[in-house]
Amino acid sequence: MKFARIIWANLLRKKVRLLLTIGSFAVALFLFVFLAVVSDAFNRGADLASADRLVVINRTSIINPLPLKYRDPILRIPGVKVVTHNNWFGGTYIEEKNFFPQFVIDPQNQRQVFPELVVPDDQWNTFVKDRVGAIAGAKLADRFHWKIGDRIPIKTTLYGTNGVWEFNLDGIYHGKRQDADETQFWFQWDYFEEKVPESFKGQIGWYILKVDNPDDGPRIAKTIDDMYANSPFETKTETESAWAAGWVKQFGNIQKLIISIGVVVFFTLLLVTGNTMAISVRERTSELAVFKAIGYSDRAVLFFVLIEALTIALIGGILGLGLALVGVPLLRDALSSVIQNIVLKWSFLGFGLLVALFTGILSGILPGWGAMRLRVVNALRRV
Amino acid sequence: MVKVDGTGNQSSLIQVRDLDKTYRRGGEEIHVLQGLNLDVSPGEFVAFMGPSGSGKTTLLNLMGGLDVPTRGSITVAGDEITHMSSGKLTEWRARHVGFIFQMYNLIPVLTAFQNVELPLLLTKLSKAERRSHVETALSIVGLSDRMHHFPRQLSGGQEQRVTIARAIVSDPTFLLCDEPTGDLDRKSASEVMALLEELVKSHHKTVLMVTHDPLVAARAQTTLHLDKGVLVEASKLQQGVPAGGVA
Repeated sequence: MKFARIIWANLLRKKVRLLLTIGSFAVALFLFVFLAVVSDAFNRGADLASADRLVVINRTSIINPLPLKYRDPILRIPGVKVVTHNNWFGGTYIEEKNFFPQFVIDPQNQRQVFPELVVPDDQWNTFVKDRVGAIAGAKLADRFHWKIGDRIPIKTTLYGTNGVWEFNLDGIYHGKRQDADETQFWFQWDYFEEKVPESFKGQIGWYILKVDNPDDGPRIAKTIDDMYANSPFETKTETESAWAAGWVKQFGNIQKLIISIGVVVFFTLLLVTGNTMAISVRERTSELAVFKAIGYSDRAVLFFVLIEALTIALIGGILGLGLALVGVPLLRDALSSVIQNIVLKWSFLGFGLLVALFTGILSGILPGWGAMRLRVVNALRRV
Repeated sequence: MVKVDGTGNQSSLIQVRDLDKTYRRGGEEIHVLQGLNLDVSPGEFVAFMGPSGSGKTTLLNLMGGLDVPTRGSITVAGDEITHMSSGKLTEWRARHVGFIFQMYNLIPVLTAFQNVELPLLLTKLSKAERRSHVETALSIVGLSDRMHHFPRQLSGGQEQRVTIARAIVSDPTFLLCDEPTGDLDRKSASEVMALLEELVKSHHKTVLMVTHDPLVAARAQTTLHLDKGVLVEASKLQQGVPAGGVA
């Protein structure tokens, strides 16, 4: 602690430079955390996937439908416990920007296949009896300040041209996990089947089945795909996590893009801070020589430089994480029509702080090493 | 007593024997010091003079443990420093040597008090003890009323007096001064020299000083000339005694 005054005085020697370095650190850390949050949002589906769920889609593409008549044959396959199906609705609420995922569900089996998404029984019973009923995720309901009993108009662009479909909000589901997807909107298959044009009737988007034993997954998947091989609607069956990962790939290689940007941010940060520390040490060559002349060891000099770099990193890092705490919720609202499920987890903040400290150490090592190796005689001669 | 012929005895504070220092520049070897001997007793005030490049500062650096000789030995208060490791030498410097540089070399972001306190931060002294030592050192150099000033708020002479306070605060065995008045006007230089004289007379410090200025050198008890790598006493030089002559 008795050296804190020296370190602090050195840090404050060039205040504008210090502020700019800390500022660039803060912005970079914020960007780093935001990228981690976005990456997590894109991959949440795979993380939340259950090992005992398989998804059956049209072999051509997920946007091609499958016949509803496949349901019973699939259910008869040994090892399949329950089958449900979903359709993508793709509507918007009032304005185009108010986009969120809407799924047509099969109320009979939905809760058995997705037990982690919990709807209170009384709300569920109301929903089942209400043909135009709907269930919304808790975050979605919060976003639009919906409450049970509200009338929700959803405009469709996929099923008919004049389509505003009206729903009664009968229930709100909550995920059992903190990071569960609570942004979905569900409504009933019967209502969907009744309202869609003739050409869409009897077609579902994909099946989701729960199996007795996850080890049987590959066998069951092969059985289903073999059953419908060479038919007009060939199937592709895979685990839910593989399916979720495939869904993300529709957007391109998001993970690779985000990692690339993250790496660039990290190295830029390293160069900026490393450059600042190198200039700072070079400016003080003669002072460091005096420290050594009067008895400060090489390690002490290295320690001073490293602590300075770490302090910049720590202050910049904490500011950046503070920015993330304020900025990510704002960006979540602004980007809600593009990316759902943006969640700022404490683990991201912790990881961000580690990145900050690691960058601080790395940026201080080279200048610190130079200061440590400095020969007093040579350094004093430069004055 | 100062001797340059290697005949000093064990009572010498500083004993330099057969000291060589050779630099290699390009493919050429430059012999700066050659077989140099020196004995300095405690409480001496010695000035080193000589033309530029004669090796005055090199000798000072070697005796201060900032550089290592090519050959020979330096013993200070019984410790032979020429074979010490870099770490040991650093510890030795903290205990035994007070440095006073031409350009003061104060830390500009620290106050006079904090600059003087720097060597004491390496000791186990308490905060109160450190304060007491620093206040004493600053009062010796006559800067008690400037202890919370930063170097930029002090004159050159005052800065050099802070440097002297920093050099004496840990009560080192001897002081090494490299052109301590080189950057000062005549009046400030005289004040600084008076202070060094006072340290020798009243505080029994041993002072070794490099200077170009004959007037400054005249304030020392002994003046040695360094020429062609060896030392000669000023009085002997005038009598035409060859380099390396007897004391």
